[in-house]
Amino acid sequence: MRSKGKKVNYAKWGYIFIFPFFASFFIFSFIPLMDTIRYSFYEYYRSGIKEIGPNFIGIENYLNLLKSDMLKYAENTLILWIIGFIPQIVIALVLAEWFVDARLKIHGTQFFKVVIYLPNLIMASAFAMLFFTLFSTSGPINAILMSLGWIKAPIDFMGSILGTRALVGLMNFLMWFGNTTIMLMAAIMGISPDIFEASEIDGCNSVQRFFKITLPLIRPILAYTLINSIIGGLQMFDVPQILTNGQGNPDRTSMTLIMFLNSHLKSKNYGMAGALSVYLFIVSAVLCFVVYRMINNEDLNGAKTVAKKNGR
Amino acid sequence: MKIKGGYEMKKRLVSVLLAAAVIAGTLAGCGSEPKQSSNADTNADAGNAEGASNAEDVDTAGEEEGKIINIYCWNNEFRERVELVYSEVKETSADGTVTTLNDGTEIHWIINPNQDGVYQQKLDEALLNQANAADDDKVDIFLSETDYVNKYTDAEADVAMPLTELGINPDTDLADQYSFTKVTASDMNGVQRGSTWQCCPGLLVYRRDIAKDVFGTDDPEEIGAKVKDWDTMKATAEELKAKGYYTFASYADTFRLYGNSIDAPWVAEGDTAIKVDQKIMNWVNDSKEWLDAGYFDPTVKGQWNADWNQAMGSASKVFAFLFPAWGIDFTLSPNWDGESGAWAVTNPPQEYNWGGSYVHACKGTDNPQHVKDIILAVTANKDNLLKISKEKTDFTNTQSSMREAAADDANFSSEFLGGQNPFKYFAPVAENIVIAPLSAYDQGCVELIQNTFGDYFQGNVDYDKAKANFETAIKERYPEISEVVWPD
Repeated sequence: MRSKGKKVNYAKWGYIFIFPFFASFFIFSFIPLMDTIRYSFYEYYRSGIKEIGPNFIGIENYLNLLKSDMLKYAENTLILWIIGFIPQIVIALVLAEWFVDARLKIHGTQFFKVVIYLPNLIMASAFAMLFFTLFSTSGPINAILMSLGWIKAPIDFMGSILGTRALVGLMNFLMWFGNTTIMLMAAIMGISPDIFEASEIDGCNSVQRFFKITLPLIRPILAYTLINSIIGGLQMFDVPQILTNGQGNPDRTSMTLIMFLNSHLKSKNYGMAGALSVYLFIVSAVLCFVVYRMINNEDLNGAKTVAKKNGR
Repeated sequence: MKIKGGYEMKKRLVSVLLAAAVIAGTLAGCGSEPKQSSNADTNADAGNAEGASNAEDVDTAGEEEGKIINIYCWNNEFRERVELVYSEVKETSADGTVTTLNDGTEIHWIINPNQDGVYQQKLDEALLNQANAADDDKVDIFLSETDYVNKYTDAEADVAMPLTELGINPDTDLADQYSFTKVTASDMNGVQRGSTWQCCPGLLVYRRDIAKDVFGTDDPEEIGAKVKDWDTMKATAEELKAKGYYTFASYADTFRLYGNSIDAPWVAEGDTAIKVDQKIMNWVNDSKEWLDAGYFDPTVKGQWNADWNQAMGSASKVFAFLFPAWGIDFTLSPNWDGESGAWAVTNPPQEYNWGGSYVHACKGTDNPQHVKDIILAVTANKDNLLKISKEKTDFTNTQSSMREAAADDANFSSEFLGGQNPFKYFAPVAENIVIAPLSAYDQGCVELIQNTFGDYFQGNVDYDKAKANFETAIKERYPEISEVVWPD
């Protein structure tokens, strides 16, 4: 009896130690989250410095959003994300493969790993500001191109849809490819070297090795990177906001969903902003669920196959 | 089993990641913290230094005023004027956030940029908390611009104190001010709730060297004749273009001439529809024509950006800007990198006013006496205003002194303008200003119409798309707006 009682006492400490997290989560995340959902059913904004509402209006905010340009902004967000993500994942895969490959004998891999991670440390807004100045019509990039004689008149990067989107994509690529590289390196290093050795003995060349061994085995991590990046992409805000001065120029083609949310917050339109947040929440939740399923199923299978092969 | 190298690698990787995370954390911290903490630090430092030496003064003064005056504004303009003319000012800290007065009271300058509505957002937050804030945190004075002065002088909102409550009688104390500035600062019942030191008649500021090159003269009278109205202006623009110069930097430069002379407010009192004035559409059509004709510098998009600032430099091909006095002092002069004396002013193609910062006493201030003194010193005292005009080239808000200034070439010639006395041109414009009717939505309308039609000017969207974009943007900004009515 006594010993049993003691065991229960130990468990108590576990709860005590995790309590602060749950308390702070409840106060700082859960209550605001519920409030956001609640206000999404209200008309609640500020006109000048007078508050209007909150008046309950049912799902009118949701319907109004569907009638607005929300889907167009979702499309913008997706396009901006793809422009950044494709080069990011390709370059990251190549770099990860090179850095891990012992036979390439790349010197100073540590140094490069730090360097490629560096852009991620700069604040996105500062980065956007820098690009805004670099690529402005009378900025240094145009000056360099002109003095090289490559172009005759300055290019109006931020005045064209392609230019603005490409710049946003470039910035997202530069900021995140280092992070992805390091994640993929960890994944590749997790593959047992025995497999690589065995494949070499069987006469496998490096291209085959990459496509037939490395890629399939890091698939769970790739999927994780992808979904994570989509969720991050959904929340894309600071780069296009700063680059286009919050307007999503030209013709609102680089207006992302969160910039749309932000422009509602200018008039403190909590109702409309809340409804938009709920939409975003649902999309993110679905994506999270997908990645959860993917990791749980496929990682287990992958691990099992590896374990079997290692088992001997 | 993993070979040792791999394990070691991973460990190193983890440590690199951890280090990166730590650095990222510190950097992120740096981004947000200093704003709050540096204020507090400098305040504390200044407080300690001053508190010791001035403790006696405060006791003997025996007033029940708070020790801290919080002033909300968007740049250093007001601070510099207070330092210049308010006799109680002792010193300002090196970073410009705290000004100490002779009696030990501190003025804390809370500065947020005007762009993107940031200033108003912060101010609104502070005003909503005004009732619950500790005395030393209460807003005592805040500034507003003509674009949105209406929002704060609103009688119902009641955040700006009527001047009479402070003990200022507008009819006697402010009798010398230009009357339109008093009208602008009043609520709909005619109660004046703010006051200004400046009045903003706008002029045409041009480069003398370009004028000489194109017209063979830089004489303000002769140039004035070449820009006296829009039709003459267009012929002049053609001459400038032939020599490879741009008349103005951007389509936004001419906006105020049209936009501030609209006949009816953007939104009528109690209405929820925006009525776009025919003059605004004239601006749209003329701007498109001018940009296509090559009279504007196509690389400059709008105002208040790096390209626009560069257009004021010596390497630029832009002939003229349309600026009131503050624009010459605060925008043109800092961006000009050549010798002073290269610019001159003359009459604009159309009389206009642009801007003006209003000073309001905030409801609930704990320093009413100081606030009253500051407002009177900076906006009503003729000698002080004359001094501001002399030192800062502001066109100030006392009629008698401005008439003196216009005649006084010896004291009021500007070095930046090559010895010209700009007041000679300002004064007649000022007396003829009829201010455009205001509404609380002016700022959003002005900002968004310039932005959405910017796309149209540059050929990214057609005319109807630009209209639709304006409607979308304005309804996002002001949810209570129900429709936008365009002129036929």
